[in-house]
Amino acid sequence: MGSVNAMRPTSEGELVEIIGAAGGAGARLRIRSGGSKDGVGAASSAGVLDMSGFSGIVDYDPSELVLTAHAATPLSDVMAAVAAEGQALAFDPFDHAPLFGHAPGAATLGGVIAGNVSGPRRLARGAARDHLLGFVAVSGRGERFIGGGKVVKNVTGYDLPKLMAGSWGRLAALTELTVKVLPRPRTAAMLRIHGLDAAAAVAAMAQAMGSPADVAAARHVPEGKSGPAVTELLIDGFPASVSARLGALADLLVGAVGSARIETIAADASAWPALDLVRDMPSEHALWKVSLRPSAAPGFVAQAEALGAQWAMDWAGGLVWVAIDDTTTRVRDLAVMEGGHAALMRAPDVLRAAVPAFQPAPTEVAALEERVRRAFDPLGVFETGRF
Amino acid sequence: MTLRMPEPDASVLARREGIVAALRRIVPEGVIAEAELLRAYESDGLTAYRQPPMVVVLPETVDQVSAVLAYCLGEGVKVVPRGAGTSLSGGALPLADAVLLSMAKFNRVLAIDYADRLAVVQPGVINLAITQAVEGAGFYYAPDPSSQIACTIGGNVAENSGGVHCLKYGLTTNNVLGVELVLMDGSVVRVGDGTLESAGLDLLGIVVGSEGLLGVVTEVTVRILPRPESARALLIGFPTVVGAGHCVAQVIAEGIIPAGMEMMDRPAIHAAEAFVQVGYPLDVEALLIVELDGPEAECDALSAEVERIALANGAVNCRISQDEGERLAFWKGRKAAFPAVGRLAPDYYCMDGTIPRRRLPEVLERMDVLSQQYGLGVANVFHAGDGNLHPLILYDANQPGELERAEAFGNDILRLCVEVGGVLTGEHGVGVEKRDLMSTMFDEVDLAHQQRLKCAFDPELMLNPGKVFPQLHRCAELGRVHVHGGETRFPELPRF
Repeated sequence: MGSVNAMRPTSEGELVEIIGAAGGAGARLRIRSGGSKDGVGAASSAGVLDMSGFSGIVDYDPSELVLTAHAATPLSDVMAAVAAEGQALAFDPFDHAPLFGHAPGAATLGGVIAGNVSGPRRLARGAARDHLLGFVAVSGRGERFIGGGKVVKNVTGYDLPKLMAGSWGRLAALTELTVKVLPRPRTAAMLRIHGLDAAAAVAAMAQAMGSPADVAAARHVPEGKSGPAVTELLIDGFPASVSARLGALADLLVGAVGSARIETIAADASAWPALDLVRDMPSEHALWKVSLRPSAAPGFVAQAEALGAQWAMDWAGGLVWVAIDDTTTRVRDLAVMEGGHAALMRAPDVLRAAVPAFQPAPTEVAALEERVRRAFDPLGVFETGRF
Repeated sequence: MTLRMPEPDASVLARREGIVAALRRIVPEGVIAEAELLRAYESDGLTAYRQPPMVVVLPETVDQVSAVLAYCLGEGVKVVPRGAGTSLSGGALPLADAVLLSMAKFNRVLAIDYADRLAVVQPGVINLAITQAVEGAGFYYAPDPSSQIACTIGGNVAENSGGVHCLKYGLTTNNVLGVELVLMDGSVVRVGDGTLESAGLDLLGIVVGSEGLLGVVTEVTVRILPRPESARALLIGFPTVVGAGHCVAQVIAEGIIPAGMEMMDRPAIHAAEAFVQVGYPLDVEALLIVELDGPEAECDALSAEVERIALANGAVNCRISQDEGERLAFWKGRKAAFPAVGRLAPDYYCMDGTIPRRRLPEVLERMDVLSQQYGLGVANVFHAGDGNLHPLILYDANQPGELERAEAFGNDILRLCVEVGGVLTGEHGVGVEKRDLMSTMFDEVDLAHQQRLKCAFDPELMLNPGKVFPQLHRCAELGRVHVHGGETRFPELPRF
């Protein structure tokens, strides 16, 4: 933001020139638009490539279920535009800004895609990567190229959109994105179970997810400062369907959870903020995002607790947020032992400098990833030292 | 065969006997080299093209796959991977100088984990067999390509296969959580660990749909889903295709995403009814099958809504399935549409473009004009919900020139799809069939960015060459970077 070495192209032509020039000069560029995820990864002295000049919705036809927008279009603009047509993004995005103590509203569509940011409904509706249909970008070679298409079903050529989603600015600067949209659920309701321990909560969530209730999201917060443990299951869709599924789910779980209290609550279809789970975690602690198979989650959280960590589960236990006052990689080591992996999302500078944000891959996969990065960015323009 | 494939390597053909003997040492029980047996492998589901392979290898272990690939790389022998050979785009078409690597013996379901809702299977497992393995517990595997009784999950991963239910449940890529992959140099890597997020770059996302060009998949972890409580189908007839198209758009605009939404045009309806006699209306121009699933209450409510929308768009008849038998009967004609249309002519050629749905009337009109120009009939089945067209071109390969005319007609249809904002293939893959049309969607720079990915996995271009890309550029040539000269307009760039 106003940094002396920030470059702010406003056309693809300028972007091509800047990236090409950076390659020729041996320079490094850090791609940025809203800055909501500046706090992820190691601090970097690379010049900022400010993408905020690429903003605005390009095309939106609700009945085609497709929206095309420039990459730096604010996420809130995109969500408002689709909400006005009774639709929502096909994936469940969220804004990282509050995680880093900033006011919400900074996230852009490009940042959400580049970080493959998926909220609670990722469990049932797919991740950002599942719903990016096509893109325009300028690679580290300083060349404009496209990938994917602008229709909901396409297998022409390699699925480059999948690779761009979650690449965190390491392959190309995205300028335009085509994403899938879907009808917004007409209503939603929640089933809340009180007082389960981690193992019982994961078992209950697995039972719910294995039933035809079509649960959209499932989370568990253990007993802590904010009160006794709660396990919550979200159901959304058509009114008749939601009440039928909610009833069936309550019947299914009432036998399974013993004496725990079950209540059903009408929920606004949109109000299930992902970051509620980490709201009470101390901001000065390391915050890890741990991906596991749900059945491994109870064992994992028991060991994390023994290290003094706080935790909360999303995605039926497939995602565990862990906060810990610790400057080692013990949480990541535990995740690996349980067959998963861990990303460091928020941490003091010293830890961010010492520990890579993303789980280092085994040697052969790491070599493959390196070759893939070089394929798009042979001169390392986007190797900023951040990841 | 009008298609140009890479020129066979004479030095490889000259060494054939030694290569076969070496492969027999790696896979003692699984090498086929007899000419009459190789004929069985000469084509896949795209039968217009035939080429017996140099030799077929059927490995049984990952170690054998690894050793075969490493040996072939060392000897400069190309490799074409094959699942069940049902590709409709020639993805498994053999090469005269290549090993055909059949994964048919990798046919075991390795693990089923109901708590985590996933199954670990070998690539040669038949698509439908995954569902059969888990249905006792109330689960199923969602992607259901029409070849699901024969095609393998390894082939589905290669092609990113869809099916009639992918409107609601996604393609293969949305239902795979990890693979084990052997690269051409014999190294074995795992991408995706069965969790919902990738640890690093999403390599799994590019392996799925890579048409056998990046590696050989030896294990697949798929997501399984609980079977919906009930399903119901509506069979709706329209006097015009335009009316049916408007109905589809309005169903979606009103917030309903059916489990499946299929359209057939008059020739397809008549062919299907003549073949299976399930009571399709014959006096309509378009037939829609709309399937809804979920609790009974949802199916009741939504089938009433869809019926209302259909009648408002001029539907002349609308039947709602009253039981499971009737629902399956509605589908029977659609599922038999390809063989049914096959009875109208000695041969048919199945196309697979996707278009923005709003352009459907115009595309069908121009297809009619092309049909007259080429003097070849065409029947249309259509995944209406997601705009994926399957025009079936009728021809007779025994009539001189008809195959070439059918191919030219098909190419014009695909160019038309791209022209109206669509794509060359929605679910069948590029293979050899649409390879030479790639430049209608992608320019040279776009294609070079895709081909460099190939180079990252298989720098000698030994895996499935001649597929997907119209030209094989050497990786060294693709890797060159044009570095901009000393003068730059951006002196503020930080240097390192």
